[in-house]
Amino acid sequence: MNGIATELIRIVVGLVAVAAFVGLNGLVLVYAERKGAGHFQRRPGPFEVGPHGVIQPIADALKLIGKQLFTPDNADPYLFWLAPLLSFFPVLLMFVPLPFGPVLTVWEVDLGLLLILAFAGFNVLALLLAGWASNNKYGLLGAGRAVAQSVAYEIPLLLAVLAIAFQTGSLNLSTIVTQQGSWPWQWNIVTQPLAFIIYLVSALGETNRAPFDLPEAESELTAGFHTEYSGMGFGMFFLAEYANMIVVCGVCTALFLGGWKGPGVDGFWWYLVKVYALLGAMIWFRWTYPRIRFDQLLNINWKWLLPLATLNLLGTAFLMKVF
Amino acid sequence: MRNEKLDLVTGDFYTQNFQKGARENTLILNLGPQHPSTHGVLRVLLELDGEYVLRAEPVLGYLHRMHEKMAEVKTLVQYMPNMGRVDYGHPLAWNWAFAGAAERLGGIEVPERAEFIRVISTELNRITSHLLWWGAYILDLGAFTPIMYAFDDRERLLDMLQILTGSRLTYSSFRIGGVCADINDKFIELCKDFIPYMRSRLPMYKALVTDNIILRKRVEEIGVFDQDMIRRYGATGPVARGSGIDYDVRRAEPYSVYDRFDWQVPVYQKGDAMARYLVRLDEIEQSMRIVEQALAQLPEGKIIVDKAPKYTWKAPKGEACFPVEGGRGLIAVHVISDGGKTPYKIKLRAPGFSNLSLFAEASRGTLLADSVAILGSLDLIIPEIDR
Repeated sequence: MNGIATELIRIVVGLVAVAAFVGLNGLVLVYAERKGAGHFQRRPGPFEVGPHGVIQPIADALKLIGKQLFTPDNADPYLFWLAPLLSFFPVLLMFVPLPFGPVLTVWEVDLGLLLILAFAGFNVLALLLAGWASNNKYGLLGAGRAVAQSVAYEIPLLLAVLAIAFQTGSLNLSTIVTQQGSWPWQWNIVTQPLAFIIYLVSALGETNRAPFDLPEAESELTAGFHTEYSGMGFGMFFLAEYANMIVVCGVCTALFLGGWKGPGVDGFWWYLVKVYALLGAMIWFRWTYPRIRFDQLLNINWKWLLPLATLNLLGTAFLMKVF
Repeated sequence: MRNEKLDLVTGDFYTQNFQKGARENTLILNLGPQHPSTHGVLRVLLELDGEYVLRAEPVLGYLHRMHEKMAEVKTLVQYMPNMGRVDYGHPLAWNWAFAGAAERLGGIEVPERAEFIRVISTELNRITSHLLWWGAYILDLGAFTPIMYAFDDRERLLDMLQILTGSRLTYSSFRIGGVCADINDKFIELCKDFIPYMRSRLPMYKALVTDNIILRKRVEEIGVFDQDMIRRYGATGPVARGSGIDYDVRRAEPYSVYDRFDWQVPVYQKGDAMARYLVRLDEIEQSMRIVEQALAQLPEGKIIVDKAPKYTWKAPKGEACFPVEGGRGLIAVHVISDGGKTPYKIKLRAPGFSNLSLFAEASRGTLLADSVAILGSLDLIIPEIDR
């Protein structure tokens, strides 16, 4: 009885901590993205609010909170406002099994990986609802793209992750990390380089980040699925996007890059360093590449990622059987 | 389209008209007049089947400022500033077309130094026009950063043009019979700095953008115009040269002193968006060559004729037309005068209007993203199309 109580308290405290972490990270990433974009584009980025503009994200957040929540004519109000909530809250649960450190895990679940992948499915539902309920043609087109894209990119993502699961024999992220060593050549990326690349590309597709940001392609669809959202309605989607980015990078770190382990002293700092390096790469991609076309996006998936991921999985299975 | 809840018919005249030809289960989409990739206030009605464009119809008139009508109530000299506002991309070409037509009508001989200054400033302005297009086009294709690089380089050109014209966007520095300001040492210094700098930037543009696999897949084989189509719609400029038509007004009917310089007309045969893209990037280099040679050959002398027309100048009876090569194609100003205070009629021939006409036919059957890429590759400046 006592054990269950402590476990419950641990989960509640963990969820609060996760919510705080996600919120704070949103601010940090908004700043990092704007500053990064600024420097890529030979301008200083935000500079006015606070030293080097560090308080700019807080000003942005306050602005978003202060804005009117506007429901367009003929929109379905319940679904319309359900969508941003649905996009944000499942993401919090995805943080539960993420192994930030040897003890810094909210809840070590044996099916942690499955939990994350299951809740990741909610995101596409939220985008579909948002696009459908807002009674906007751009929104509808964006929602259609979001569904096709997420369904397509989930499969190679899953297959890439499965290859690691085969290799380690576990779906528990903490176990997967423990099986890897401290030095880079002891990480799973060395044994599964192809799975790593497939995972990274699919993760970009899953999180709708450039060059795969088709559901919100602003040069074609103005803002895609969130065209009609104002204030925190838009803010929720925004926060969910950043939280999703952290999750995919966190999973990537745990699976391929040795999690909290690193040369020298192990600990959550290694985890954060690796996650932020991956996030930095995502920001870098966004501000460098043009957007690809929709049919090309699906072609990359069905003609390249999926067969490669399948072959990789079969190869892994074969090698596991032989050795 | 009937809105049940509000109980009213939605859509204006154009939408309702467009709707009449629609097939079943298609989506009518208004792209614009406020849309990030219509560069201002162009409105395009699209009939979509999924993401495929079945029909497209550009709707104009959101930026109509009656430039042609204005000409009938102003004297020729007073009309000059309008020319800077017809096309914000390449206003000096319009300046030139108008000044040229008025000079032809009045039989005014422009001093040689003024002709050289006109060549130099117009060619620099052409580079700013192409840089503006380049940045905005890549933005249409979804990359944010190149427009900042383009504007950074464009900024240096604007500094130079500010010396020659006194303004940074809506230039109206040409006068009937010459130009208003002379080249000074500061300008020559900036220009000598700029040309090698720009030559070092162009390979970076190529490496970052032109050779990028995603960009190539987006613009190659997209929006192919054959020569017949170009001729039917009267498209000119880089759009025609991208389809293998070797037509440049500076070569075909040389005006001013263009025949004294050694330069090439870039022509590409494929006719796709990539060909138009490459024509424009090559023209940046050719324009720099012309500027270099013009600066080297710059003669001494006056920059405007003695007794240049004052604002009460009455053009003699008759008519004159002066075509020049603008950043988007053939610009022509046709002035008809009945000998009165104001011209009887001025006709402005805007290349963007003809180029836009291609769009309806070219976008049929393409994907929505491709139709945006085709629209961007036409280099549209909406104020010029609406006038």
